[in-house]
Amino acid sequence: MTEAANSAALAAAERREARGLFLLCSPAVLMIAVVVFLPIGWLFALSFLNEQGGFTLDHYARMLHPAYTRSFQTTFELSFLVTAICAALGYPLAYLMSQTSTVWRALIFVCVLFPFWTSLLVRTYAWLVLLQRRGVVNVWLQDIGLIEAPLRLVHNFTGTAIGMTQIMLPFMVLPLYAAMAAVDRDYVKAAASLGASPLKSFWQVFFPLTLPGLLAGTVLVFVLCLGFYVTPAVLGGGRVLMWSMSIERSVAVYSDWGAASALGVVLLVVTLAILWIMNRLFGVERFIGGR
Amino acid sequence: MTASRTAPTVTIREVTKTYGRFRALDAVSLDIAAGEFVTLLGPSGSGKTTLLMVLAGFVRPDSGSIRFGETEMVLTPPHKRDIGIVFQNYALFPHMSVAGNVGYPLRLRGVAKAEIARRAEAALALVQLQGYGERRVDQLSGGQKQRVALARAIVFEPRILLMDEPLSALDKKLREQMQIEIRQLHERLGITTVYVTHDQREALTMSDRIAVIDQGRFAQIDTPNRLYERPANRFVADFVGESHFLPVTVAGGVARLGDRALALAGPPPMSDGAALLVVRPEKLDIVEGAGAGDGAGNRIDGVVEGSVYQGESFLLQVRVAGGERITMRQPTRREALRRLPQAGEPIALGLHPEDTILVAAERSA
Repeated sequence: MTEAANSAALAAAERREARGLFLLCSPAVLMIAVVVFLPIGWLFALSFLNEQGGFTLDHYARMLHPAYTRSFQTTFELSFLVTAICAALGYPLAYLMSQTSTVWRALIFVCVLFPFWTSLLVRTYAWLVLLQRRGVVNVWLQDIGLIEAPLRLVHNFTGTAIGMTQIMLPFMVLPLYAAMAAVDRDYVKAAASLGASPLKSFWQVFFPLTLPGLLAGTVLVFVLCLGFYVTPAVLGGGRVLMWSMSIERSVAVYSDWGAASALGVVLLVVTLAILWIMNRLFGVERFIGGR
Repeated sequence: MTASRTAPTVTIREVTKTYGRFRALDAVSLDIAAGEFVTLLGPSGSGKTTLLMVLAGFVRPDSGSIRFGETEMVLTPPHKRDIGIVFQNYALFPHMSVAGNVGYPLRLRGVAKAEIARRAEAALALVQLQGYGERRVDQLSGGQKQRVALARAIVFEPRILLMDEPLSALDKKLREQMQIEIRQLHERLGITTVYVTHDQREALTMSDRIAVIDQGRFAQIDTPNRLYERPANRFVADFVGESHFLPVTVAGGVARLGDRALALAGPPPMSDGAALLVVRPEKLDIVEGAGAGDGAGNRIDGVVEGSVYQGESFLLQVRVAGGERITMRQPTRREALRRLPQAGEPIALGLHPEDTILVAAERSA
């Protein structure tokens, strides 16, 4: 007699559970809607409005001006360079972490994570001190006789790249380490037993299996670099004009919200495009690290 | 693929490996004949996997010698040992296809592409996976992965095949089927094989010889039959098969259970003093009537405490005169069921002299 009644009650219980879950996540959904999507929509709208409130493409047309294209180019060059250096430095470091003893691993972890626990601004100014004309680095290099005159290491492209690399390195190392720690050591053993020298088993087995981590780190670092403001502003000394600084200038100097919005939209679109392309090329699940 | 070109003997001499104060291997020696299938059998932590890893070259022993044929191998790195290994978790490369995996050792040896494809397919056919070459590894079932791992380990005709609990992840039916298949493959290829397992039944099914290992030492190295029928010590009798132990005394070449002298197939294998009688449940018989033993067999008296139905057999729990509990197995054939004693009834159990096995009371090698 109760079988049919049960099925109704069970369905009701199911609905109740679904409603509960929906209620649980609704604050987050609301938050994202208000602080992310609403402003993006507003930004988007602003970028098409002129001072009188009419529709215009002026803000986008202006981006063809050499000042903007140069800034765009600088942003990409710097981001590429920093990402490449991060990968080159981060891969061996993550590899060392994945292979060494627990104690050493913990020690390296602390060193890698330490930048996360200190202020970005403090670290940036620390680089300014280290890299300046009579800074520690130049003094050392002169003392050991590697150079005669101090190098120009700051307020230029070089200094910005050095500072950004140090700040971005953890974002490369952490996904890389996660990918490497997930590689079963038996794979490397199997390769060796089948006749692969250590070098071959690394390049043919270990490295391909860590590619998802390398891609994740690369995308993360590159995208963060594209929108980076503080470090290039301080270490570039006004000579390295990143896209983010163009935005800041539009707002702070010219109070031109339309131009700033257009620049923001371009940065957003380019970033999304990169994520989309990477996703198409390598598959979304590989970024997440599963397979 | 034909029988392996040069199956060498494997000589393990006085190999010792310690981890801190823990002796994983304590001066073990073992000679494996060319083409032989030897199983290292032992509980976890006994050192069996360590010994396999020493053979493979992944673990460097503290001392000792490993020879393949006449060649000393102990310092040779793994990739130059020419050994096929089947790992417990298969270790198939997820970024390569099935054919890519099986062809990998050939690729490393600079074999031509067409030849790689041909030999990989032949190896897959050998494990009944012809036509699976293009599949991705994660599309395979556990049993199929197992077969691919096996194909990959033999495709380059290695001198020696090592297997580290390769069937432990499979369910029982498939495991038993693979045991027979691996055994047949071994007979076909004649490759010297060292197999590691903690499953005594698997070891008995597959091996030419079994080396029982306990606490880093060999407890006994023997054929499956002798290992089961003539265990050399308490550990082997306990670990291989089901056993109960009854205390006996040996004096002047005569072993006594209580006050009854035991008929043995030969003289007791130990000096005078305390010893243990190995009682296996399936070796016992119910003796009809209250006769004082019919001369040929040994007799153990006791009281039935209970019985457990296990499908193919009943397991009877019997408390013997000395107070110890033993078990005996009765098949569930009609005829046997008719005289199945009930709990509380006295029972007389017969044990053939050939099945009357004594081991030393102290657990020792």
